[in-house]
Parts: sequence; C-alpha cells; structure tokens
Amino acid sequence: MTTVLKMVGITKRFPKVVANENVTIELNKGEILALLGENGAGKSTLMNCLYGLYHPDEGEIFINGEPVKINCSEDAIKHGIGMVHQHFMLVPELTVTENVILGLKSHREPFLDLKAAEKVVQELSDRYRFNVNPRAKVKDLPVGIQQRVEILKTLYRKADILILDEATAVLTPQEVEELFQIIRRLTEEGKSILIITHKLDEVMALADRVTVLRDGKVAGTVAKKDTNPKDLARMMVGREVFLNFERKPCTPGEVLMKVEHLEVKDKQGVRAVKDISFELRAGEVLGIAGVDGNGQIELSEAITGLMPYSGGKIYINGQEQHHINPRKLLEAGVSHIPQDRHRTGLVLEFTISENLILQEFYTSTYSKNGVLKQDVIRSHGEKMIKDYQIKATDPSVTARTLSGGNQQKIILARELNRKPKILIAVQPTRGLDIGATEFVRRQLIEQRDNGSAVLLISTELEEILSIADRIAVIHEGEFMGIIPNENVDIEEIGLMMAGRKKAS
Amino acid sequence: MSSKISLEDKTQTTKVGFNWASLIKILTPALGILAGALVGSIVIVAKGVNPVTAYYYLLEGAFGSLDNFTASLIKSIPLGLTGLAVALSYKAGIFNIGCEGQLYLAAVGATVVGTSFAGLPSIIHIPLAILAGALLGGLYALIPGILKAYKGFNEIVITMLMNYIAIYFVSYLVQGPIKMPDQFYPQSAPILESARLPFIIPGTRLHAGFLIVLALAVLLWWVFNKTTFGFQIRGVGLNQRAMEYGGTNSKQLLVKVMFLSGCIAGIAGAGEILGVHMRLLENFSVNVGYDAIAVALLADLNPLGVLLSALFFGSLRNGANSMQISTGIPTAFVTIVQALAVLFVVMSAGLPRILKKWRRMKANA
Repeated sequence: MTTVLKMVGITKRFPKVVANENVTIELNKGEILALLGENGAGKSTLMNCLYGLYHPDEGEIFINGEPVKINCSEDAIKHGIGMVHQHFMLVPELTVTENVILGLKSHREPFLDLKAAEKVVQELSDRYRFNVNPRAKVKDLPVGIQQRVEILKTLYRKADILILDEATAVLTPQEVEELFQIIRRLTEEGKSILIITHKLDEVMALADRVTVLRDGKVAGTVAKKDTNPKDLARMMVGREVFLNFERKPCTPGEVLMKVEHLEVKDKQGVRAVKDISFELRAGEVLGIAGVDGNGQIELSEAITGLMPYSGGKIYINGQEQHHINPRKLLEAGVSHIPQDRHRTGLVLEFTISENLILQEFYTSTYSKNGVLKQDVIRSHGEKMIKDYQIKATDPSVTARTLSGGNQQKIILARELNRKPKILIAVQPTRGLDIGATEFVRRQLIEQRDNGSAVLLISTELEEILSIADRIAVIHEGEFMGIIPNENVDIEEIGLMMAGRKKAS
Repeated sequence: MSSKISLEDKTQTTKVGFNWASLIKILTPALGILAGALVGSIVIVAKGVNPVTAYYYLLEGAFGSLDNFTASLIKSIPLGLTGLAVALSYKAGIFNIGCEGQLYLAAVGATVVGTSFAGLPSIIHIPLAILAGALLGGLYALIPGILKAYKGFNEIVITMLMNYIAIYFVSYLVQGPIKMPDQFYPQSAPILESARLPFIIPGTRLHAGFLIVLALAVLLWWVFNKTTFGFQIRGVGLNQRAMEYGGTNSKQLLVKVMFLSGCIAGIAGAGEILGVHMRLLENFSVNVGYDAIAVALLADLNPLGVLLSALFFGSLRNGANSMQISTGIPTAFVTIVQALAVLFVVMSAGLPRILKKWRRMKANA
C-alpha cells in the first residue's frame, strides 16, 4: 500500500499554547483515516497546516513521497488536497455548476465555459452516484445534497486527498448513511479520505484507521478493527469516561409548563413554528430532536420571551402568560440555557462575577438602592467557581478569556444555582469536549431527579437519547410526534427528522 | 465596613493581574498625542518654522501663566461636559453625535430663564437656569433616542441633522424673537447678575462650570462601576441581546441614556451662556459637540480620562492663538494634531493584528 500523505513532526505554536506538538500522521491510498479528538485537541490546526492556512513552526509534509511546501490553499489544491468545510462555502443563488467553477479560470477567458463545466460536473456526479443536478440552484437543495456539491468542488479540482471537517454535524441519520456510502465509493476509486471528528460512532462506522489527538499531541494511532469506542474515548480524554448515564426511572409530577398550538413567525414573517403543543412535567426531561434550522431557535426564543409569538397559548405553573418577558420568567422559576453562549448567554467582556448576576443584579441579594454589593458579588463568584469547577483563577477575569466549556459552566452555575422549577436548555453541549459534555448532561439529569422539569432542545440525537424521558421530533416547525424514550427505533426517529409524521 | 475591605481586595488583585494591561491603557493615549505632535511637526517644518519653537509658544499660550492656564481650563469645560455626554451614550452602544445641537438648544433654555425672574436669589436662579438648559438638551436628545430604540432609526444620522436645526433655530431666535431691542448685533439681552456662574479663582474668568464637570465625571465613573444602572449600561453596550436575555429592558435603557446624555450636553450649553458669554449669540460655540467625540474616544470612554483629554483639547484650542501670533502657524493646525492623536490611538487597537500579519508575511517570504 502506498502512502499518499505524510505529515511528520508537525509543531505549531501560538503565543500562549502549543496547538500541535510533534504530530505525525500517515494516510494511505484508498483508506479512510479518522482524526479524532476533543475540541481544542489540535485537529483543526493540523488540517489548517495541511491546507496552507497556517504554517507549522517545525515538521515536514510529504505528498506521494515528495517533500512539499504549502503556503496557501492554492498550493494545497495543486497538490491534490481538497477540503470540505463544516460550514459550507456555497453561494445559494448560483447553480451547482456555477458554484463548482467559482474561482477557477475558464478555458475561454474572459467568457465562462458553463457547458463544458456542466458536462464534467454531470460525469463526476454519475460516476460517484451523487444524484446532483448541475443546473439546480444551491438554495433549492437539501443540506445533504449541498454537502455533495462541496465534495464535487474538490473532485472537479482533481483532489485525491479529501479532508472532511465534522461532516455529519448538520445531517439526519439517513443523510449520514448516504454520506458514508459516498465516502466509501470515493475510496474504491482510489481517493484517500481524512475525516475530522469528535464522534466515536462515526469513527467506528467509517474509518479504517484512527489517529487520536489529545492536547495537541498524538495519543495513538490504531486500526479500527483493533479498538472499540470505550478505548478510543479513553485515549481522547485521558481517563475513563461514562458515555451512558444510569438514569433513575422517570416519575413525572404535575404539569409545570404547557404550550398549546404555538405559532411563531421568524424575522422575514415566515411561519417558523407551526401549531406546536406539549406538556412539560416536574421530574421529566422532554427532548426535542431535529436537524438544525427546523424551528428550534424560534420555538425556544418564543417560550423564553426573546421573540414574540403570533399564535397559541403558553401556561407556566398553570397560569396563562400573556406577555412573556425574561424577567417575569426568571421570577416564575424558569431558567434558560440559550443556544448561543457568545451572543446570548454571556457578556464576554464582563467578568465571571458580573456574568453570574446578569439577571439577578437588581435583587436585594446583589444590590441596595441601585448600588451593587461588590463584596457579595465577588464572593458569589468565588463560590460558583468552586461549586461548578470553573477553571479560572479569579472571578474578576473576563468570560472571553475562558474556554468554551468553562464559559458554559458560568451559564450553568447561574441558571442552576437558582434552583429552577423549569429548565429550558438549548444545545447545552454544542462545541464542548467530552469532559464538559459529561458534566453538563449530569447536571441536567440531576435537575430532573430533584423534581425540576427539563426541556432539552438539541440537534445531537445521541444527546437526546441519553438523557430524555420523552422525545419530540421537530421538522420544519412542526412536531412529527412525541414518543417515550424506551427501545427507540433510530430508523423511525430519522424518518421523523426528515419529515414523516408518526402514525398515531 | 466589609464592603470597603473587599473593594481594596479587588483593586489589589486587579493590580497584580492587570498591571501591564492598565499601564498600556494609560500610555496609549499619551503616546498617541506624542505621535500626533511629532507627525504634525512635518507641517510646521513645511511652513519653514522650527517645530520646537512652535510647540514652545503653543505650550506657553496654554500653560504659561495663571491667565493662560485658566483660559485653557475654560475652553476645556464644554469639551469635558460634552465628552462625558458622548462617553455615556457610547458606553450603552448608542452614538450621540448631537451634542452640538443639544448644547445650542440648552443655551436657549438657560438664556430665557437667565434673563427673566429678576430678583431671584442666585442660589435658586443659577440652578434653575442650568436645569432649564439640561432639560431642553435632554428632551432634544430624547427624539433620536426613541426613534433608535423603538423604530431602529440610525441615531448618528438623526442627531447630526438635528444639530443644524438647533443651530439655525438659535440664529433665528437672536435675530428676531429674543433679540435685544435697540441693538445692532443679533444677540439676546444679557443674563441677569443673579443667574451668572460665579468665578472660582479671583482675578480669572474660570467659572463654576469647572466644578460641575469635575463632579459629573466622578459621578459618572461611580455610576458606571458601582451601580445597577451602570451595570446595565455597560452590559447593553457590550451585548444588548445578552442583557435582554437577562431581563433588562434595553430599549427603555437606551432612551434613558440618551436623555441623560442630552442633559449633560445641555449643561455644557448652559455653562457657556451663564459663565462665558453672558448672553445668547449666533454661533457662540464652534464644533464643541463634534470634538466631544474625539475627547471621549481618546479617553476610551472613561469619565475620569475624559477630564484629561478635554484638558488636552482645550489647551490646544487655547494655545493655538499664541502660536499663531508668534510663529505664523495658523490655529487650524491644532486640528491636525487632534486628528492625528485620535487616529494613532484608534490605530493602536489594531496594531497587534497588523504586526502579526506582517510577521507572518515575513516568515513566508
């Protein structure tokens, strides 16, 4: 077997951290290598070095045995490297072909040669069975197909080595399966694939070999057949992790929150939430599953007072709410972990202490006659740092200086310390590493065990399956059904996520 | 008592943790001013004058004697007040470019009250006249505030356009309705003695507005850093959405801030009438409200820093005359130095990024 790509002894230092330290990876022709690691383990840095966006301080890159120097992405493309980014780089208004040739010189400058390009795109699509219409506008295509357009772009540029960065993040289970088939087909045709991921299931389903990164160093490289998820998790985190929680049986109590026929219009006036109804009881976790962008944001913002709703009723503790606003909810015992901690959950330039009192600064605990009680605020910050294991030396450092996991812990500390009766958590573990994810999920379950009602909105199906008691699936702003989380058929949930209503 | 101890604690840790950063924060504007002066000397040399001589006369004119120094302070007072007004609004994320207009309209209020109510004791008449100015300034700023907060209008455009309305409104008033009868010049009747701001240093014209700007700067610093109101102002300025999520009514807050900002700008206008001109005139103030933006930015929106940067701008304005008389360098030259200083300070924020890019380019080459 020939080695197509070799990165040897790559070291990349940033002012405060060493992002990659003496990292060596090897990719063979026709194989799928998974680069596994937590957020911040150095996966992206390594790939950016390969793609010419960063320049390693030390180390060498060999392609087909030849040492190469990659200074920019054009160099990378010239050497046959293609990258499929997690966030698509497509122009929605343009057709597939137009997107594919964007940035390339045409054969007939200064005129476009769309016909010739279209033919090539069609051939590539047929050869790998992509089922992509070269003339379709990208904005009309489902996410899964848009991703294929991204892959087409790299193939059109004659890439032999494809890097896929967190490629499954936006896909339904079925779309993931189709993507896997495409990737396998590509390797059969002699392409070599590097997938970057933090999902263990993905590695086990797809990869031939795995290189695990931890804290910027290679924690090990193993063949898939010689390993299992538990071992991989241990390599990734450096200690034993508990992927499945022991959950006590659910003992639902009274209804704390009730939503009836809720309708929400988004900023463009389009109905983003249509006729959603549910009940949320004390002592249960209701999970709302669904692919990103199916009305989850609008639903969560409407029930937390960040966005007006155009129809339906919301009851909290049995009382109908007419004008929901965040402070009224707070006083009614509702906590909210928002989906975007940078934009909504935190004032990044505020200190930890200040972020901890974002809602309650006006209460008599933290102020008197409009003057803040600095000593109370500070000691509260110190206590929360201890109680919630926030990695910070001092409560007077700004939230911006902390890692994503520790920022999320500030929000958790603030929202849970109030002992909420109702907790609305939206994507509470997005972007967090395994350790922090485990911490957050444990906290959610603890809330439920203490008799709170938890509404969990998440696009990570695995998260919903591991902690929810009941699962609602949302598709284009509608509930496709609500099912108990017992012996769940993933296939069924996948179909619901894709828009098939559950037969009732 | 306990709160006092913890305050000391806090300053201590800040000192240990952020010594370097705070030093840079203080040094940056000073270096910006120095760099502005240095680059400005190119213009002086081009005029065939020795820059050292020119700056000597500039400093001499600004600080050379008690008279010169107090004259600088007098020029700094409206700059400091409007600088505070801008700092307050911008801290909350709303840009009040309308200080000039608020100041002019406030002058009308102060003049009307200051020329009526003969027989009132000073202790009532002065505050009443200032209050009238502050209130008019505040109400005038309320219009763009409400339009911005509730209708999403661009406050920069509105406040700027409203400046012209106010300035020409004053011209109209002093040419007609409140013009002093039997007077050739377009100006109002003089302010009554009982409403004039007292001079605080005997033999100079430094008026009590100086004390007002000092007090307001300290008050504003305290509000920003110690009160729930200041907490919300800073929070909304940094991340309005997060504060709304936290239960703050940011729209209401922006309107309040705009009103207060207008009030402070209004006090500047009242001070100019009651302490300097003693009557309402056309164009009695030139671009103070615009320089205020530079004053606030140079101070990084810190109210105490505003005092220093207002002094810098005020002394430049004042010293420019003596420089022009002695060396022939026109007074307009100081606006070059002002602009350069602000440019350098603004640039310094982007400097680390530029350096990094430059280093990377060098590494690649």
